[in-house]
This record gives sequence, C-alpha cells and structure tokens, in this order.
Amino acid sequence: MSNEIKFNEETLALVHKMIKRYPEGKHKSALLPILHIAQAEFGGWLSPETMDYVASILNIKPIEVYEVASFYSMYNLKPVGKCLLEVCRTSSCWTRGAEDVVRHLEKKLGIKEGETTADGMFTIKTVECLGSCGSAPMLQCGASYHENLTMEKVDNLLEEYRAIGKQRSYTDMDYKNTL
Amino acid sequence: MGKKLLIHNDNVPGIATLEVYRQNGGYASVEKALKTMTPADVVEEVKKSGLRGRGGAGFPTGMKWSFLAKPEGVERYLVCNADESEPGTFKDRYLMEKIPHALIEGMITSSYALGAKTSYIYIRGEYFYVARIVEKAIDEAYAAGLLGKNILGTNFSHDCYVQVGAGAYICGEETALLESLEGKRGNPRIKPPFPAIAGLYGCPTVVNNVETIAAVCPIVMMGGDEYAKIGIGRSTGTKLISASGHINKPGVYEIELGLPVEEFIYSEEYCGGIINGRKLKAVVAGGSSVPILPAELILKNDKGEARLMSYESLSEGGFATGTMLGSGGFIVYDETTSIVKNLYTFARFYHHESCGQCSPCREGTGWMEKILHRIVEGQGKPSDVDLLWDIQRKIEGNTICPLGDAAAWPVASAIRHFRHEFEEYINHPERIKDVKHYYSVHQLAGA
Repeated sequence: MSNEIKFNEETLALVHKMIKRYPEGKHKSALLPILHIAQAEFGGWLSPETMDYVASILNIKPIEVYEVASFYSMYNLKPVGKCLLEVCRTSSCWTRGAEDVVRHLEKKLGIKEGETTADGMFTIKTVECLGSCGSAPMLQCGASYHENLTMEKVDNLLEEYRAIGKQRSYTDMDYKNTL
Repeated sequence: MGKKLLIHNDNVPGIATLEVYRQNGGYASVEKALKTMTPADVVEEVKKSGLRGRGGAGFPTGMKWSFLAKPEGVERYLVCNADESEPGTFKDRYLMEKIPHALIEGMITSSYALGAKTSYIYIRGEYFYVARIVEKAIDEAYAAGLLGKNILGTNFSHDCYVQVGAGAYICGEETALLESLEGKRGNPRIKPPFPAIAGLYGCPTVVNNVETIAAVCPIVMMGGDEYAKIGIGRSTGTKLISASGHINKPGVYEIELGLPVEEFIYSEEYCGGIINGRKLKAVVAGGSSVPILPAELILKNDKGEARLMSYESLSEGGFATGTMLGSGGFIVYDETTSIVKNLYTFARFYHHESCGQCSPCREGTGWMEKILHRIVEGQGKPSDVDLLWDIQRKIEGNTICPLGDAAAWPVASAIRHFRHEFEEYINHPERIKDVKHYYSVHQLAGA
C-alpha cells in the first residue's frame, strides 16, 4: 500500500467505465461504487484525504462525499483490521446463536466487539441483517459470506484468515472471493 | 406439490450460465414479447395476471406500470430493487445467485413493455458477490445479442447495469433507492410526485422487486389469464418464501399462494417442523416489519379457519389478530424464544436503520431501543410497557416513508400478544438469568 492517495491506471480505467454507466452529467451516480473501490485501495477505510480525492475525480464538492460516506454502514470512517469480521445480530441469526459467535470471537481474539487486535489483523463488528437468515448464524468478511457457523468453523476461519491476512493487500479485489 | 415458475430449475447444473439457461427455455419471453407482441400487449398480460409487487407492499404490478408517464423525448427507466434487507428475507439473493438470467430476462421483457432504454439493478452492497454473478450474466447477455443494440434483430435496444449499495436498509424504499442511485444519502423523497412521474434523474421510472420482474417471464409465456388461475383469489401466482428461525429446514421455497400455513411449517416438503420437536410459539410471517403472531393466530384466524399463505388470509382480522404477507420473510420462533429479547433485536435494527429525516422515527426508534434494552437487562420500570405502546403509536403514520410504521408494528404486536412476557421481565428481573434467550450454537451442533 503506497501512501499516496491516487488510483493506478488500471483502477482509474475501471472508475471511468463505471462513470459511463450513467447519463451525461449524472456522473455523481458513480459515487457509491467508487467509494467502495477507494476504501479497498486505500487501507480499508475512507480517510478525509481519500474522500477529497474521490470528490476531485467526480468533480463534486468534498461535502457531497462526506455526507454519503457517513450515511452508509459499509464505509469505514476509521481504520479497521485487515479482516473485518461482521457478525449478523438480527432476529434470525440471534435465534440460532449469533451472540455465542460474538462472545467466542471476543474470547479467541482477546478484544471486545468494535475493537481491533493489536496486530491490526482483526476487527469484530456486529451488523444488521445480511440476508443470510436461512443459514444462520453467519458472519461476513470482505465479500465472503460464512454461514451455518459453529465454534469449530469460527476457529478454522480465524486460522485461515490469519494466514491469508498476513499477505493481504486491499487492492486485490479478487482476494475477497477466495475463501 | 404446488406449481413452481421461478426456481423450478434451481438445481440444474450450470443454470447460472446463459447456455444452460437457454437450453432450459430461458429468454423465450424476450423472443415472444419483442417479436410477436407490442409493449402494450405485455402490460396488458401483466395486468390480467394479477401479479402484485413481491417486495412487500403487494401493489398490483400492472397498475404500477400503467401509471408510468410517457412524455415525448424524455427517457424512462426501469430500476430493479435488489436491495433486499428486510430481516428474515433472502429470496432475491437466492434467485440472483442461482438463476441470474431469470432476472436479466425479466429486465429486458419488462423494459420493452415500459419503453425503457436503460435499466439499473440496485443490489445491496453486502451482496457484493451476488452483484458479480449478475454482472457476469449481463456480460453474457450482451455477447449473445440479448442486450445492447437491436436485440435479437428487432428495433428494441436496451442497456442494463448493476449498481451496488453500501449498507442501508432504507434504500429498499423506492425513493430512497433512487436517491442512492443518484449518488446521494438514502433519504426517502416526499410523495407525490411518485417515481412513475418523476423518478430517477427526474424522469418517469418504475421500481420493481427482483421477484416481481422475474415473474414477468412466465406471465408472458403462459399469458396473464393462465397465471391468474394459479394461487387463490386476488393472491395470484407463486411466491418465494424465505424460511428461517427454529425450523428443521430453513431455506427459500416457492409456494403456490394459498398454501395452508400449517402445511408450510410442518410438512417435509417445506420447513419440516420445529427444531428438536419443540412447540411453535410465534411467527413473523412477512419480514421483521409485519406484526408477530402467536402460534394459535398464525395457524388459524380469529374465526377458527385455517390461515393460508396469501395476502388476504394473513391479514384477516386486521392487526388485532392478523398480520401481512409482506416480503415473505417467514421467521419461526419455538417455545424457548424470548419475545422481549427478540423484539429488542428488531428495535435495535430500526434505530440503526432510521435515516434520521423525520423526528418521530429518528427519536422514537432510539427511545424504543433504549427502553427495551433496560427491560432485557432487568432494569425495566412498571410504566415501560405503556411507554413503549405510546411511542410506537406516535411514530406510526407520522413519517415520510413506511420505515416508521415498520418500526412501530413489531413493538405494538409483541405487546398486544405477549404483554405478560414484558411484565415478567419487569416484575421478576431475578428470573431473567434463567431465561433461555436463544439456542446456543453448541446445542444446535448436537441436535
């Protein structure tokens, strides 16, 4: 991860492809998808610098980016661990032991919900319904859904992510589909 | 076995690919509509079918389509609402993941009917991997000449794009969805004007749920009259039901509307009964927003007649003794479930998801979560139940969009049918530690 906030050419091409999906003059529509890309590219969160950069690409005011970034729950406005473990906590998952999953993660990782491990590897977050009610309990990490969780599955998952996380780069969007 | 029209092919290997999908009769509705029917003919068949919006509101689709304004020289849009986020609902995800071309086919046929040159599929951000599947299907459709210029050699040209959201339940409300699609916060718009007059970019727009759009294909193929013969009364056709909670076989089931609720819960073909042979306590039949009903009222209505899976039967008795079909998010609770704690998860959800535009919802959902939290923690006050009742009444009907109602109804129905449980929590906090809030994962694994 470089410190400079600037998309490489390949990413920039993707960004412009997205902008073309919308009518002339309606390029602001591409803001949500571009923020997803920016978050993945620049350390897993949206710093003010990142948001300003996205504003400059779309030629909109920075406030138009801030107000959107702060509205949607998938944008992280603070740094998070390399693996953001999002455990669903709503009714269907709750009936099948979501709270046990959270407590188990807390115990295994030695952190509380909302915190990040000292090595920056894991963050535990509870989230609202992810549409996985028929395969509850579940957690999401990156683009991957991990469903029908048991404590054993959670343990294995942590090991797998620990191994992959060490070499993880946020720019590799495909990484997210490998688990 | 009831009729299946949407996911009958879900187990065919490779059905997610264009090749296999076409081998199984896919895209026939595009051929038929574009080559042998006028757009008005398609609208007419959808009207005759009696199809009702499958996202939750149940509004007649043909009527919604006929409201679309058609001023000269102005673009019209079809937008697919794939922002599935009503707790307990996962049918659209299933459909898009398993048979993505069923949605693309519906998008093309519906866009032809509406005269839309461009359409967008707005998929919730968390379904990122599903969005990829749908995008891949779109690419295949372009390559096969099913999207793009002069589809199948006809004069109809159409472009279809995916847009991903970023985590906001409110974007399932159609005007909030349009705001989000325009790159803004998902704040619902004041209606009128309705999207049919001024929707995306101020242009006439139809917003339909994934399942609704997919249902257009079989309607075009069999004709609206034939479709209307399936189901019961004004609940025509089939419906995807997302079944979850304390049942033996959670999952997505396509049912013919009119199936008895009891059969749905207990038969091996569907939910397979309650987990561990326990007793049924309550059901949320149509996603978290609809009233929760105790076992005796979900199986039979207040007249003692068997309750059916249909718009009319589930709402029989009004909110006093009935509920709604909603999105078909069917959550089953067994006898060990704490209704109060479950309600707390709903109240927390609505507080988290309120967009903050209207004060009754923004403040009220927070108050309800806070009060329920203290009740669950054994700090409840005797006046809290009445206070909750009072707050939910003051939210209902006093907001721009239906999220306020959706937050109020679960609270009202839980108090209406399970008031004694709230009182138990408040009057005997010492017993709470013995209350079994949920199944532990260990128990499930051993089951």
